[in-house]
Parts: sequence; structure tokens; C-alpha cells
Amino acid sequence: MNEIVVFLLFLGLVIFTTGTLGILRFPDFYTRLHAAGKCDTMASMLTLSAIAIYNLRDPSWPNVLVSLKVLLILVFLFIASPTATHAITQAALIIGIEPWSKEKR
Amino acid sequence: MNQVFLIAGIFLFLLMFLTLYRAIWGPLILDRILGGNLIGTKAMVLLLIIGLLYDRLGMFVDIAIAYAMLNFIATLGATRLFFRRRSVQLEPEREPQKRS
Repeated sequence: MNEIVVFLLFLGLVIFTTGTLGILRFPDFYTRLHAAGKCDTMASMLTLSAIAIYNLRDPSWPNVLVSLKVLLILVFLFIASPTATHAITQAALIIGIEPWSKEKR
Repeated sequence: MNQVFLIAGIFLFLLMFLTLYRAIWGPLILDRILGGNLIGTKAMVLLLIIGLLYDRLGMFVDIAIAYAMLNFIATLGATRLFFRRRSVQLEPEREPQKRS
């Protein structure tokens, strides 16, 4: 049980690090959005499932309820995080930011 | 097992500082909104880890739910501002390219 929790937590932290590196290093606004939107959702899913599994180590009724709440946060994030990213992208298109290309610099 | 969660929490805290660079010195305003959104998501996970460390996950999970909803609504509200007013002043080094 503990090995699964540590593995999920480690994988989530690695993906969080990847998303942060992408945010710091990518040259353009749209590419930064690309790094941020996907990595953050996936890493949140892994980390929250690790917390939910670890909370079930003594399966009493309140602990099961708390784990269900953590899963509720997970479902909410899966709907909300891509929606927020999409809204930011739409605002950028309305302002008129041009995508980065190699020729223009 | 507590040690693992403590190390994970400290690592998440450092990652939040790295994201704060984009939230403060980001070249566009939208970069700052994006940085705030990401810091909010990381802070929500950090709240749950703190709840595990204090052995009170039942109390912290409600705070985390409220924080996730607040983060989502704040991001949507900040971007709706750009839908209303087409011309928003950007930073001087990158002029906005008008879409004809």
C-alpha cells in the first residue's frame, strides 16, 4: 500500500516540476499555456489520488467520507482546470497576441 | 511515511516560489493570471498535505474544496475582464498586434 502511495506522489511531483520548468523556459505565451494546463491537471490527479489512498489505511466510515471528498476535488479539477486554461487562451486571442515563430524572433 | 509527505510539501513550496517568478515578472498580464492560477492549484495540494501532517484531513479537505472553487472563479473573472474591454494596456516592450 505504502509503495503505491510513494510512487504516485513521486510521479506527481516529477510532473509538477516539468510543468514549472516549461513555464519558466518556454519562449511564448501559448507554449507556456500548453505546458501549464496539461502538466498541472495530471500532477494534481496523481498527488490527490495518493493522498486519498493513504487516507484509507484504516478504513472507518469518516475516513472513507474524507477520501470521497478528495475524489470530489479531483473531479472538480478535471472540469475546472482545462476550462480556466481555455478561458485564458480565448482572452489572449481577443487581445491579439501573435504566436511565436522561429523566423520572427 | 510522515517524512515522505513532509519532503513532498517542502518541494511543492519551492516549486511555488519558482512559479512566482512568472507571476511577478511575466511579460504579459495574462502570464500573471496564469501564474496565479498555477500557484492556487499547488497551494490546494499543499493544503491537503498539511492536513495529512497534522492528522486532521477532515478539516483541511473542506478548506481545499473552497480554495479550488475560489481559484477557478478568480481566474474566470480576471479573464472575463478582457472580453469586455477590447483594448487593455499591455507592457510597453511588447505592443499588441491588432487583429484586423
